[in-house]
Amino acid sequence: MCTTCGCGQGETTIEGHSHDQHHGHHHHHHGHGVAAAHAPGLSASRILRIEQDILSKNNAYATDNRQVFTARGMLVLNLVSSPGSGKTTLLTRTLSDLQDEIPMSVIEGDQQTVLDAERIRATGVKAIQINTGKGCHLDAHMVGHALEGLSPEDQSVLFIENVGNLVCPASFDLGEAHKVVILSVTEGEDKPLKYPDMFHAADLMLLNKTDLLPHLTFDVEQCIAYARRVNPDIRVLQVSATGGTGLEEWYGWLRKAREAALTSSRDAVVA
Amino acid sequence: MHELSLCEGVIQLIEDQAREQGFSRVRTVWLEIGELAGVETEAMRFSFDAIAKGSVADAARLEIVDVPGRARCPTCNHAVTISARYDACPDCGHYPLEITAGEEMRIKELEVQ
Repeated sequence: MCTTCGCGQGETTIEGHSHDQHHGHHHHHHGHGVAAAHAPGLSASRILRIEQDILSKNNAYATDNRQVFTARGMLVLNLVSSPGSGKTTLLTRTLSDLQDEIPMSVIEGDQQTVLDAERIRATGVKAIQINTGKGCHLDAHMVGHALEGLSPEDQSVLFIENVGNLVCPASFDLGEAHKVVILSVTEGEDKPLKYPDMFHAADLMLLNKTDLLPHLTFDVEQCIAYARRVNPDIRVLQVSATGGTGLEEWYGWLRKAREAALTSSRDAVVA
Repeated sequence: MHELSLCEGVIQLIEDQAREQGFSRVRTVWLEIGELAGVETEAMRFSFDAIAKGSVADAARLEIVDVPGRARCPTCNHAVTISARYDACPDCGHYPLEITAGEEMRIKELEVQ
């Protein structure tokens, strides 16, 4: 068990993070002031009104993370997709293209193996792997711990590559500025309707592997219409991580989002 | 299967409540789950029994209160019931709708000893 925050980590492992040793931990425990409807008495059983969001613990950790990110002027993106969408390829290409311009780091989430973190580190960008074991998503508490081992730079961009899964990560706020959903054209244009929660939660959809479109019957316009049906405000960019098409637009979006993160950090200092 | 971790969240919140409010056993847990919350209630029941083992909620009864999806149509201004996030307005066919209920995931009440 973690000696500072008392977390039993279950099957989750974070590279370099040992729960046996004391470590700096920026989280604190969150009390809540729900008053009991009945005073404790002699009755055999009593009813307590709780009215608490099931995700309130995760959300409290996410709020902590977000405060750290804002204070440090970091742009944090939560990358979500199904397995095999080309998320890691898109990420390694982005890191290679932008690392001379922008300080960046990566938290990699997978059920098993450190293969993806190794792929990221091969670009020269620092990365830390979280293995969730049987867990199907990252949560804000894991990310808080991973930050301790990763030590991202101030004013940097942190990419959190979530476990490949279009269902579960939708519900878990990690403290990010934006969820970015990556959908590849080899998957089928109806994914936004089949997994509406994820497309509803995302601010940007990257439609990847567009270089393969000539070989497929994928209907791009229909896919975008489906995405807008669950999320009218979603931005959509068509990219090919291997061919390079559309990457400048993606980098443009990234630079703008980073400017916004830097501005809100400065505003937070002034306020 | 994020229902497993949702149940872990439920048990953690209950354990906190047990410390604060001084009870040692939970007999019944009432959860409010919206139909648009992306939660499979059967998976929730299955997970709950497993996760609750050894906690103050060991062998507690789980009552899930379904909250129907409700929305307002910005076009015809009707309040309507929906079963999915992408549903069109049943009255005028317009979408998207503004969801007003059905996204909740809450612990409502506990029966404790």
